[in-house]
Amino acid sequence: MTTTRTLRAAALAGAAALLLAGCASGNPLEEPTDGSGSGEMMSDTIVVGSQAYYSNEIIAEIYAQALENAGFDVERQFNIGQRDAYIPALESGEVTLFPEYSGNLLQYFDPETTARTADEVYAALPDALPEGLVVLDQSSATDQDSYTVTSAFADQYSLVSIADLANVTEPLTLGGPPELAERPYGPTGLADVYGIDVGFSATGDTTFEDLEAGTINLANIYTADPRIQTAGLVVLEDPEGLFLASNVVPVVNADVADEIADVINAVSAALTPEGLVALNVQSTVDEMSPADIASQWLQENGLS
Amino acid sequence: MNLLIDAWLWIIAPEQWTGNYALPTLLLQQIGFTFAAVGIATVIAVPAGWAIGHTGKGREIAVAISGAARAIPSFGLLILLVLVLGVTRRPEAALVTFVLLAIPSLLAGAYTGLQAIDRATIDAARAVGMTRWQVLWRVEVPLGLPLLVGGLRTATLQVVATVTIAAYVNLGGLGWPIIQGIPLGRFDQVLAGAVLVAALALVLDGLLALAQRAAVPRGLRAAPRSAPQADREPTFDKPRQTPDALATRSSS
Repeated sequence: MTTTRTLRAAALAGAAALLLAGCASGNPLEEPTDGSGSGEMMSDTIVVGSQAYYSNEIIAEIYAQALENAGFDVERQFNIGQRDAYIPALESGEVTLFPEYSGNLLQYFDPETTARTADEVYAALPDALPEGLVVLDQSSATDQDSYTVTSAFADQYSLVSIADLANVTEPLTLGGPPELAERPYGPTGLADVYGIDVGFSATGDTTFEDLEAGTINLANIYTADPRIQTAGLVVLEDPEGLFLASNVVPVVNADVADEIADVINAVSAALTPEGLVALNVQSTVDEMSPADIASQWLQENGLS
Repeated sequence: MNLLIDAWLWIIAPEQWTGNYALPTLLLQQIGFTFAAVGIATVIAVPAGWAIGHTGKGREIAVAISGAARAIPSFGLLILLVLVLGVTRRPEAALVTFVLLAIPSLLAGAYTGLQAIDRATIDAARAVGMTRWQVLWRVEVPLGLPLLVGGLRTATLQVVATVTIAAYVNLGGLGWPIIQGIPLGRFDQVLAGAVLVAALALVLDGLLALAQRAAVPRGLRAAPRSAPQADREPTFDKPRQTPDALATRSSS
């Protein structure tokens, strides 16, 4: 039958085309280089990168706009991904400036580190980082694990730091991701370092909702979470360094560090913990774009 | 092979047998959710399936609903219900998810059990003067029991495996070692959890297979050719006509 033969021929041709396409080498996801790519870096084009995390992208956009206001040429490469994806780009010089988090960055290069407080971590970073990468001044803003309570609970027992939890007369239940039960800063850490006994409830993704509903009274929440502002939560201070401190810190290619240090250090000095939470609220609640959030913040802080 | 040995060592380690997340507790939670969900689904689906099988009406609706229900992603539905109903109603959210998962197989089992019965038997029952209710309870339900138990078996198997996701919303169960073990990178723990779920599923399946054989009415066990096939998977087939019935009809 002609139709069967035609169909068979067409199917064979299709299969052959697919096979041949598979033989093509080359990464389809690679961006086309046009001479101004990785090999020749123009001396005053700063390439700013960011993680695939909305909060990190806002900080990166602030860096980018601050540099542009100071007269630099800036190229943005946002939403690159996890450290496995962007650290190689930083090391190779493809990306020259990146907003990072000191504690997590230190643990990436030195998993056995015993540094815990913000100053210890910042002091340990230069040795841990590979050749060619340096850090500028760290900000007071943080994005790290914390123990958080509702403002009503904090008022009831006058809670300011984790140590004050000893004042609490009712049973304490800690909520967080399932692996928190086994982490050194989990219930065992609370008992060892602060002498506080807590029960554990693996609330996972509903940790915030559980805290509001009262099924837990102590929650493991990230310090840059916008709900800290919108729900009026109180982050308990950690004087004994139970948690790995993770302040916002710019990671820079050593070649350009001196040129941009003044601009970026001014940004880091102006960024506060409450300020970072407020930026995140503008993104999640007001749904402003990173560009608008950044330009507004720079104006408010006299840096534009 | 090493990982299997590590998993076994994890299971028998004393830490796993004490505390809030002890293995016996997790096992009871897994079984509890399974039985509750299958029980509720039975109450809903089996009378409906019997009604459809007995009257022959509503088959298309039953097929459509069951098909759609099978396509629901249980994990997504569980998270959605927990967020909608609130974190204080997590057990209810989980039960709804598992009941929806169990209904299609039970509905199919109840329906096909009745539909697979030889029409001649039903005619004979009417001929000796049984009322419709007597036909249903004394003839159709006993004859349809093996396929119903087959549907129960499928539903139980699906639910016991899916209850593993209850651990994601802090309801315990044998999914707990898996949910905790992955972020910690403890793959002996993850494998142990998976093996325990699989073992529980096999045990329940074995027990229900025995129940399925026991459900064949005594009178039919002596005549294996006309007995409903005890191990057949229930599906929504068209009513089956025996060759004898067809021959009688065409020659009259």
